[in-house]
Amino acid sequence: MTITTLRRQLLAGETTPAAILEKLSGEIAARDGSTGAYLSRDLEAALAEAAQADLSLPLGGIPIAIKDNINVLGQPCTCGSKFLENFISPYDATVIRKLRAAGAIPFGRMNQDEFAMGSSTENSALQVTRNPHDPERIPGGSSGGSAAAVADLTAVAALGSDTGGSIRQPASHCGVVGLKPSYGRVSRYGLVAFASSLDQIGPLTRSVEDAALILQAIAGLDPLDSTSLDAPVPDYLTGLNDGVKGLKLGVPKEYFGDGIDPGVRRNVEAAIQKLAAQGAEIVEISLPHTEHAVATYYVIAPAEASSNLSRFDGIRYGHRAANPSDILDLYQKSREEGFGPEVKRRIILGTYVLSSGYYDAYYASAQKVRTLIRRDFEDAFKQVDAIVSPVSPAPARKIGSLAGDPLQEYLSDIFTIAANLAGIPGISIPCGTTDFDGGKNLPTGLQILAPHLAEAKMLRIARAAEQLAFD
Amino acid sequence: MSHRHIDVSYVAKLARLELTDEEVAVFQPQLEAILGHAESLSKLDISGIDSTAHATPVFGRMRDDIPGQSLTPEAMLQNAPDQSQGQIRVPKVVTDA
Repeated sequence: MTITTLRRQLLAGETTPAAILEKLSGEIAARDGSTGAYLSRDLEAALAEAAQADLSLPLGGIPIAIKDNINVLGQPCTCGSKFLENFISPYDATVIRKLRAAGAIPFGRMNQDEFAMGSSTENSALQVTRNPHDPERIPGGSSGGSAAAVADLTAVAALGSDTGGSIRQPASHCGVVGLKPSYGRVSRYGLVAFASSLDQIGPLTRSVEDAALILQAIAGLDPLDSTSLDAPVPDYLTGLNDGVKGLKLGVPKEYFGDGIDPGVRRNVEAAIQKLAAQGAEIVEISLPHTEHAVATYYVIAPAEASSNLSRFDGIRYGHRAANPSDILDLYQKSREEGFGPEVKRRIILGTYVLSSGYYDAYYASAQKVRTLIRRDFEDAFKQVDAIVSPVSPAPARKIGSLAGDPLQEYLSDIFTIAANLAGIPGISIPCGTTDFDGGKNLPTGLQILAPHLAEAKMLRIARAAEQLAFD
Repeated sequence: MSHRHIDVSYVAKLARLELTDEEVAVFQPQLEAILGHAESLSKLDISGIDSTAHATPVFGRMRDDIPGQSLTPEAMLQNAPDQSQGQIRVPKVVTDA
């Protein structure tokens, strides 16, 4: 059930947008009680849009599930937080406007780590989301609800957001496709900000072609986001099937060290071998500052978060504590009651690294190391067309297995966060399965990283890799 | 770097968070571990390296100055925790002289 297949059926008159929605509702009722991917859904509103759907448009009649940090007029937007548990969006994000202009129907609000802070969806204050491949395991995160629903066949496709891997890592853990666009490729207007210099919205889908179709619809300059780029949007479907013959693919030696699970290594290396057999030239490269990426990210992202989340003060919207003694007490109590532990940790960390006396040692240093990490990629892309690597060092772990050890959780983001620091695009595609920590046949992912705005080339490589037989 | 001296209660106050004693006890070692990891940044030679605030900075772009529709007062107030007479109501912020 890909977008491509459904579009063919819609155009042939074999199904209708309403029938697709009704069928999805049945699947959700049957399975989402245990998976827990959906926070809410409004079938009535979606059916009203379905009745008006213009099937001549590229995504005409296709329902798309939306991570709960992207605003859709009249729908909840909780960000997985108690702070926004009762919030109703007063406007549409630009990506929603663009999806609708392409004929799509936003349907369903997907669970996530609170304010997108986490890699497991365990930090949602609202509910647990389970991996459809093994209900004892995390779906990954922070876009865990989006990935789990696409894997569970309760959504055709979804939007997520990726600040340090939050689209690619859950896609890898759930065995679906997840694409983070170049910074500035897609408007962030209406995405609740976590770390503004790193956040990007992107698709989670069941095929590379579906990811290309959604990116096509949402990419482009937006007057409402001054960081969106005024660069032409190419046709991402043209050349999608051109294969990898003659392309140079870089394999960063730093991404294949001791910390990587043997099953992940085996699957990714097998995929690289198969791409070589298709005519790609494999080149060993070095990204020498990789070991500093986690430290750099976990200074910069919390710094930006501590600033962005200062807007949650209990005054204009969201949670307000009862009976405050004065205005300061209102701020402090509302934030204490409304935020979960991971959000508090990051606000404190960010406030600390920006504070007088520590700013130079942490934040200013991290911004300089960010330059070194960006240059690593610029140098690499002088030699190769794209970089191939694992997405995550290991398959999905058990729910609760890293409770109380945030640093260990942060370290598992090592292969995805550098793309956000450098602003380059990345995609995760399914790459076989492996047994891990008592779990059987858990999905693993192949990551493809490309130069800034080279999404078309990245999708072409992903399409070639997708067609390889795994296992 | 003197991360071992991070005073979680003090920084939380700066961030307008009122933590419980239990939270302070949990966060203190966790944040020290994270800051300890971040010390690796100080071992790099970064003299003469420019800062990156945005990977792809765009400077000074203005959108066209065209009047458009803004959110209505009703839309702005629909999520307000407390309101009165078309305004958001807050506790008294000035004291009597």
